Amino acid sequence: MSYQIHIDGFVAIYIFMVTAFAGWVIIGRVPAILHTPLMSGSNFVHGIVVVGGLFTLLNASAPLEQVIGFFAVLLGAGNVAGGFAVTQRMLAMFKSSGQGAPHAAHGAKHAKSAKHAASAAVKPINPKKK
Amino acid sequence: MLISISQLVIGSVDLIAAFLLMFGLWRMASPVTAPSGILVAGVGMLAAVGASFLYVFTVGAAAKAHLPLNIGLAVAALLIGAGVAWWSGRKVAITAMPQAVALFNGMGGGAAGAIAAVELFGNAGHGATQLIVTLLGALIGSISLSGSVIAWAKLDSLLKKPVNFPGLQWLNGLVLLSGVLVGVYMVYAAAGGATPVVAMPHLIEIFFGIALLYGILMTLPIGGADMPVVISVYNAFTGLAVGLEGFVLQNPALMIAGMLVGAAGLLLTQLMAQAMNRSIVKILFSSFGPGAKRKQGAIKGSLKPVQASDAGIFMRYAKSVIIVPGYGLAVSQGQGKLYDFVKLLRAAGVSVKFAIHPVAGRMPGQMDVLLAEAGVPYDLIVQLADVNEEFKDADVALVIGANDVVNPEARTDKTSPIYGMPILNADQAKKCYVVKRGDGKGYAGIVNPLFYADNTFMVYGDAAAVCTSMTEAVRGLGAPAAAA
Repeated sequence: MSYQIHIDGFVAIYIFMVTAFAGWVIIGRVPAILHTPLMSGSNFVHGIVVVGGLFTLLNASAPLEQVIGFFAVLLGAGNVAGGFAVTQRMLAMFKSSGQGAPHAAHGAKHAKSAKHAASAAVKPINPKKK
Repeated sequence: MLISISQLVIGSVDLIAAFLLMFGLWRMASPVTAPSGILVAGVGMLAAVGASFLYVFTVGAAAKAHLPLNIGLAVAALLIGAGVAWWSGRKVAITAMPQAVALFNGMGGGAAGAIAAVELFGNAGHGATQLIVTLLGALIGSISLSGSVIAWAKLDSLLKKPVNFPGLQWLNGLVLLSGVLVGVYMVYAAAGGATPVVAMPHLIEIFFGIALLYGILMTLPIGGADMPVVISVYNAFTGLAVGLEGFVLQNPALMIAGMLVGAAGLLLTQLMAQAMNRSIVKILFSSFGPGAKRKQGAIKGSLKPVQASDAGIFMRYAKSVIIVPGYGLAVSQGQGKLYDFVKLLRAAGVSVKFAIHPVAGRMPGQMDVLLAEAGVPYDLIVQLADVNEEFKDADVALVIGANDVVNPEARTDKTSPIYGMPILNADQAKKCYVVKRGDGKGYAGIVNPLFYADNTFMVYGDAAAVCTSMTEAVRGLGAPAAAA
């Protein structure tokens, strides 16, 4: 029995089409306040190229292939690690007024307006044209 | 048997990883769930990388002899690449985030290009479709690599001015066309249509050279204000290149993750371009140019300077204040001091909000992260569309380090270079304080009539220093009560 994956012509195009659509929908939900982490986060996601790099390097059978394969893994690993590090760091910075951040020193009377503002802040962006 | 098991495990783990990556991005829909989202995606990525070492059991006969060295190289590359990037990613300042993202993105493009290069040099006996897809991925990945490096150099101020000369666009077109022609010739020759005049390996080298050159030439003329759009475009490019190489390697996880990012980058690019009221094509293929050399209509009114302390005390007794932060605030590192002032106002019962323009900062959403870094809770941060109606009811609009994004000319003056750009309606607030270092102009190089309006007062000085004096002035008011 073989579990080798075969993806040919039309199947590939179907995969690309459905994924592009899914990507559009998933990203469209992200509020503008998170656009920088979103960009570095999606940057991290395409770092999966490192898996392709590993496949190529492990299958290399000539010095030239080994050298280029080495750089593929090196760059891919940089993409993954760097993308994850900055995204995780930035997302950890976002705190709500309710959370016990050292800065969140204020009375209960703001809580209501804060809640209201929060629901406005996380409203999904509208990807449609004007 | 071993081969089958390895393939089964790799296939399953990649499937789970692809799901986790998508689910991680799905959780980015709110600041509450986003931190766990990136962790989920990270777990998926780690599993996929770990599983790919099982490829060891599936390699062909030719590569078997090289396996020990290849495994060593793989581990070394992973450790070095990930180690350096992790260390710099932990250290980089939030103000330098656009450069960092550009650089990490270029790495991804380079990796995709390198995979394509191995496939091409190895000449793995692919059909024409495979070859075309490989070349396309190589082209896009290489453009993304060299373009991102130039973008990084520009954002890092290593390259100060956009490079442009007459005919550059024609040259670019010619370079791209020659790249495509070389690619077409390679496909034609590989299909047996002709014996190549130049040996195949040299053709591959020429092809990559042209692609890299095009990335450089394409990015050089683009101005600093348009850089966010460029990063976003290259993010999409890298995603596409990864997706295409995923097809070549017959790895659906790469195809899905790559295409997902391709779509994401496209959407973000479009949103950015809309926020700047410029078409993507215009940004990429024409520079901001000196076209703004028009005579600006005479501006009525005068600049009315006030002391920072007076402005601070006025806001202390206002009911509602909307703050419009711009990149000037980040330049003076004043976010923390501004939030200190805001905490005082809120303690005194003033309603305070931060109104963020989509292009505040140098990449989409950068100002939001800068404020979050300073400790501002995200529920005080509101976006243009949600806050713009509230300006007319606000007592004070405090514009700090921003300029073009509050220029009312964008609404009224059809001849203005920023006409049609959505702006924050700071001019509609009852009173408007503008914190500025001098009478300088914004990115667009135009005078802002808001500064001359009757209800606008100028607070001159460095943003951080002004915030400090405002805080001190308000604290000074409270001092007697505290002493009693």
